[in-house]
Amino acid sequence: MIAFIVRRVFASIGVMIAVGLIAFSMFRYVGDPVNQMVGVETSVAEQAQLREELGLNDPAIVQALRFLGHAARFDFGVSYQFKEPVADLIGARMPATLELAFVASILSLVAGIPMGVYAALHRDSALSRLFQALSLIGISLPTFLTGILLITLFSVTLGWLPSFGRGEVVRLGPWWTTGFLTVSGLKSLIMPATTLALFQMTLIMRLVRAEMLEVLRADYIRFARARGLSESAIHFRHALKNTLVPVITIVGLQLGSIVAFSIITETVFAWPGMGQLFLQSIQNVDIPIMAAYLLFIALMFVIINLVVDILYVSIDPRLRASLHGMRG
Amino acid sequence: MHWRFHLRKGVKFDEGQDFTADDVIFSAHRVLSAGSDLKGVIPADAEIVKVDDYTVDFILKRPNPLLISQWPTWGIFSKSWSEAHGAAEATPMNARTPPYAGLHANGTGPFILVSHEPGVKTVWKKNPNWWDKPTGNVDEVVFTPIPNAATRVAALLSGEIDWMDPVPLNDQDRVNANPGTQVLAGPEIRTIFLGMDQSRDELGHSSVKGKNPFKDVRVRKAFYQAIDEDAINKKVMRGQATPSALMISPALFSRSKEFKRFPFDPEASKKLLAEAGYPDGFEVQLDCPNDRYVNDEQICQAVVGMLARVGVKVDLNAEPKSKFFASISAAGRYDSSFYLLGWTPTTLESSNVFQYIMGCRDPKTNWGGNNVGGYCNPKVDELARAALLEPDAAKRDDDFARAYEIALFDDVSYIPLHQQALAWGVARTVHVSQPPNNYYVFAWVTMD
Repeated sequence: MIAFIVRRVFASIGVMIAVGLIAFSMFRYVGDPVNQMVGVETSVAEQAQLREELGLNDPAIVQALRFLGHAARFDFGVSYQFKEPVADLIGARMPATLELAFVASILSLVAGIPMGVYAALHRDSALSRLFQALSLIGISLPTFLTGILLITLFSVTLGWLPSFGRGEVVRLGPWWTTGFLTVSGLKSLIMPATTLALFQMTLIMRLVRAEMLEVLRADYIRFARARGLSESAIHFRHALKNTLVPVITIVGLQLGSIVAFSIITETVFAWPGMGQLFLQSIQNVDIPIMAAYLLFIALMFVIINLVVDILYVSIDPRLRASLHGMRG
Repeated sequence: MHWRFHLRKGVKFDEGQDFTADDVIFSAHRVLSAGSDLKGVIPADAEIVKVDDYTVDFILKRPNPLLISQWPTWGIFSKSWSEAHGAAEATPMNARTPPYAGLHANGTGPFILVSHEPGVKTVWKKNPNWWDKPTGNVDEVVFTPIPNAATRVAALLSGEIDWMDPVPLNDQDRVNANPGTQVLAGPEIRTIFLGMDQSRDELGHSSVKGKNPFKDVRVRKAFYQAIDEDAINKKVMRGQATPSALMISPALFSRSKEFKRFPFDPEASKKLLAEAGYPDGFEVQLDCPNDRYVNDEQICQAVVGMLARVGVKVDLNAEPKSKFFASISAAGRYDSSFYLLGWTPTTLESSNVFQYIMGCRDPKTNWGGNNVGGYCNPKVDELARAALLEPDAAKRDDDFARAYEIALFDDVSYIPLHQQALAWGVARTVHVSQPPNNYYVFAWVTMD
């Protein structure tokens, strides 16, 4: 088991190095950071000198290794544009993104599971068909369009919800700001979280429906019925419980993509999170921020996958047996 | 030659320091310090002398009547404040520690910086000790970047914000139709133009091999006359731009009225192309930013269609500004055959246009540094350099007028298109002044 974990950790480190290398080999196509930093008064010679001093003339692999070397010591450099340490910038934006992702995940579960259950139990009812149609919209409508439609309806026409920003935030300790404790913060969360949750909700609903239909056909459900258990006990105590195992796996894995895909939602709602910072950094060719953000996202996926792998092995006896087999 | 500056007495910085000659001299030296990006704006050999606490002399080795026009980009720091915070020298661009002066402010203006979260939110409050009386009545200003244009418009329509910039041309009717909001439009001093590579012996991005058609003035004039700027203004800019014959806004040059654009004339254009040896036109790439100027990519698309009518096949290469400027700039070796660019003379007069856009390129002095097409006529340079030394404004403009005549009409070095329009969205309860340099002057804002 320990050998397995060690192997996985090494593989994860390999993934991180690969991400760093790929990122730096792509940065040369993003544009010239020096051009975004200087004014027209700066002479060509001064620009060339600055480029040299920033190490932008080095091969991508040298730049990547230098960055990873610093990153291993938690030094991510200073943003070209904002002139602040990248770690501080990302740290300041992280709570906004994580709170948004958390609320969106909860929302997608709370709405997605009951909808899926209902659609499975009442396959041909009008409401199920409506859910199915909605889920098709959820999958096919691009996020920015959903966001703008919500803003037009709830901010401009009805005037109920703020169209941008995070509202008032409360500082909790040196590392965290929260929007959960103010009315404006909570109101600001509703539309971005809904927009971000829509795709996940659709996914969960369809997954629950399919799993539930599968489980309802299983023998133990038939036996349960034969034993004369009530319908609700069968559906919720026996069927749903067995349905949720794969759902929870997917939700865990999807948490990473919610954080990563919040870029568009954050931009539409001017949500001051990491995604918006990343997009700004692309426009400014702010390589230290781009590199650190990509590495952070990669790290998150790597950790989630590592945890899932380890959980699988510890839960599923068949996988453990095959590990022993490998060792023997 | 020397410039003498008399300072206003009784002016204080936000944190209470007196504003004196020492601060001016300190700031000038700071501009000239090693890490500064503005070294070019003060001649390095200038002698800066304190006459008394409120008088400073700048003694120049060479006369420069335009010195103060060239100075809008540097500000005055409090000497004691800068020294107390380790900001006595400009922080170089490649510094690995954040610059104190880049993230804090201590000025003498009508507003005081309260907080600054880069890219998220910046807050100012009124300076009660300002030396002058503000004409407006605003106590607090909150600046929030909203990157998505549709969200920005929605925030204005819903009344969450009072003032925004810019309003996309497509949304202007909506903003005006809403009872509580309106669009404030006005001419901006930025000129949008097309440039052509006249320096290489073979165009980098064209079907023509072994020679450069843009070296022939007939081809440049043919391109000029093939483009219907009135149609661009009407269709693409919704009538809000000001078609331009010069590379400078009429507001910044006294003799502008004497200049008229070459007429739009596709037949004349075809004839010129045939005379130059391209009766069937040729193929060339047009480099265009797509996130820099008002409807920049759409202007380029219109240009592609118009040139197609005279037989020139234009391949449009529209890119984000980060990539566009990287390739067309000096650092990218001016890698463009045909491009769209905009220019605002920061000095608010013509010398800047000749120095950066139309002067012969000289990498040592940065003269002609943004002259992407590499146009060079020593006669034009001579006139521009003479004007730079001419203290009499009317005579200076005579020199500039002759230089424009040669560069834009005899040589057709550039194709000026228009001055684009500013478009601010404001709540009807908010009264703001809109200067053509697109500055937001908080002290001039009045709210009902």
